[in-house]
Amino acid sequence: MQEKYDVAIVGAGPAGISAACVLADNGINAVVFERGEFPGAKNISGGVLYGHDLARIIPDFSQKNCPIERNIVESRIWYLSRDGGYSVSYRDKAFESQRRYNVFTVGRAKFDRWFADQASQKGALVVCGTVVTDLLRDENGRVTGVRTDRPDGDLNAKVVLLADGINSPLAAKTGFRQEPSPSHVALAVKEVIDLPEEVIDQRFNISSGNGVTIEILGSITSGMNGVAVIYTNRKSLSLCIGANLADFATKKIKPYEMLEIFKTHPMAAPLIKGGKPAEYMAHWLAEAGFENIPKLYGNGYLIAGDSGMLFNTLHREGSNMAMVSGAFAAQTIIDAIRKNDFSRSSLKNYESRLQNSFIFDDLKKYRRFNPFLAHHPEIFTSLPEAMGFAAREMLTVDGTPKKKKQKKIWKNLRKNHSLSALLRLMWDGYRSV
Amino acid sequence: MGASIEDKLFLDRFNVHETSHLKIIDGAVCIDDCEQQLCLYICPANVYRLEHNRISINYEGCLECGSCRIGCPHLNIEWKFPTGGYGVRHKFG
Ligand SMILES: Cc1cc2nc3c(=O)[nH]c(=O)nc-3n(C[C@H](O)[C@H](O)[C@H](O)COP(=O)(O)OP(=O)(O)OC[C@H]3O[C@@H](n4cnc5c(N)ncnc54)[C@H](O)[C@@H]3O)c2cc1C
Ligand code: SF4
Ligand code: SF4
Repeated sequence: MQEKYDVAIVGAGPAGISAACVLADNGINAVVFERGEFPGAKNISGGVLYGHDLARIIPDFSQKNCPIERNIVESRIWYLSRDGGYSVSYRDKAFESQRRYNVFTVGRAKFDRWFADQASQKGALVVCGTVVTDLLRDENGRVTGVRTDRPDGDLNAKVVLLADGINSPLAAKTGFRQEPSPSHVALAVKEVIDLPEEVIDQRFNISSGNGVTIEILGSITSGMNGVAVIYTNRKSLSLCIGANLADFATKKIKPYEMLEIFKTHPMAAPLIKGGKPAEYMAHWLAEAGFENIPKLYGNGYLIAGDSGMLFNTLHREGSNMAMVSGAFAAQTIIDAIRKNDFSRSSLKNYESRLQNSFIFDDLKKYRRFNPFLAHHPEIFTSLPEAMGFAAREMLTVDGTPKKKKQKKIWKNLRKNHSLSALLRLMWDGYRSV
Repeated sequence: MGASIEDKLFLDRFNVHETSHLKIIDGAVCIDDCEQQLCLYICPANVYRLEHNRISINYEGCLECGSCRIGCPHLNIEWKFPTGGYGVRHKFG
């Protein structure tokens, strides 16, 4: 490629596009390389996005035909045993009016494409169907551009932003960050199930345009450390289920078979009944935790979003961390261009920006959450069954005195869990959130 | 049991390149040294299959998650992204 760009960005996901928007707003010429045929062609998420963070990049997004599926007004949490489950939920009128689009769902194939269009309109160049295969470096090891799989493949740039997501063969090849070990990622599969809009409205007890999210934990991941979700889209439901990759390797449970079992669970089956499967996908989530975040900058490059392992498992927040870190990276680049200094020490500001934001605060606060789940397998095995047993016993009206039932429940719980183990679980759980 | 993996992959769109982006580095390792053959279990698209005492790769249905690359205990898989514009192409995402 002939032209010289100030900034080369790898990946047109939320991180890369947010950076491209901020750079273009400041008149800096940036080129984004995306390996998919269009932005979003390779991407998936549960589908939840956050209006607050999107508005920082595109303030009037809801008036700009942003492809929103449903505005989320209710969050449910399920804790499931094999045959039943607990559900808690919270719905609030505020989310229909003043706080509309606080949280909403999207399909990433449409959203990422729309988002990239916004960046193009601002003046960024988005080049699709192009894989970045290597980084160019000078004799001192400073990154000076990217190599692509296009015929005229190399492009020099003053600085490179790696926003290439969590699965990065580029990282594996160049070592800009370590390849994750299986225990540092979760593998999730997703199925989109088509249903008529009115049926979704009825089943979730919502008015048109509004939606519900369900976060699910328990026996549903076959004893593995994992989660599932059901999110509402306009005319479909998103079902995701995933677990730690090291657990999949140990248990030898096939991801798609786990998904099929999930679909038959008595809590899930009625919601998807009669629906038509429309798409099946797979992707990783970062589970490495705060301690394993790589160095996010170096001579001539920065890392943003999933590529830097910025993901909050407990609150399933990744896209917002991607957007905010992408914007921070762009601001750091703007400063560096002013100084004409792209060295490591000049880019260090990026880290301070992250440290002073919710990103490092939250990742630090929840750094014990992943280890908590990993160290308490009973959360996914015996505990949901014992809790299911307890509720089933208490709710069964059969003339047995309640005191006797409580004794039976306690005995059943203690069968698999010592008192000290239960106290440990509660204490660790309390400290992790 | 519900839908098979073949049914699921049938829902997806792929722009298949003529050459595979996945390659086993040393086929003998799979058969002689790899007791667990994890690629047969962890892949969400059932790309790897044991056929006639060798591992075959049905790369056409690969969902590009990366799991086989880091999950193979012998790191015996050469893994590249499909050429730009090829591979899986999400409709909804
Ligand atoms: C099942 C699942 C559910 C999730 N649910 C949620 C949720 O509900 N809410 C939420 O906030 N987050 C969720 N996440 C996390 C969220 O999807 C990610 O945190 C977010 O997409 C990260 O954005 P990103 O821009 O960093 O990376 P990505 O979105 O992965 O974008 C990276 C881009 O780079 C491109 N690319 C990669 N390598 C190259 C290369 N070498 N050359 C060219 N292009 C390249 C890719 O094609 C892609 O477009 C979920 C994730 C999964 C897997
Ligand atoms: S896990 Fe790796 S070494 Fe083992 S059979 Fe599969 S590809 Fe071969
Ligand atoms: S990348 Fe994922 S889908 Fe593709 S072969 Fe490997 S494990 Fe299977």
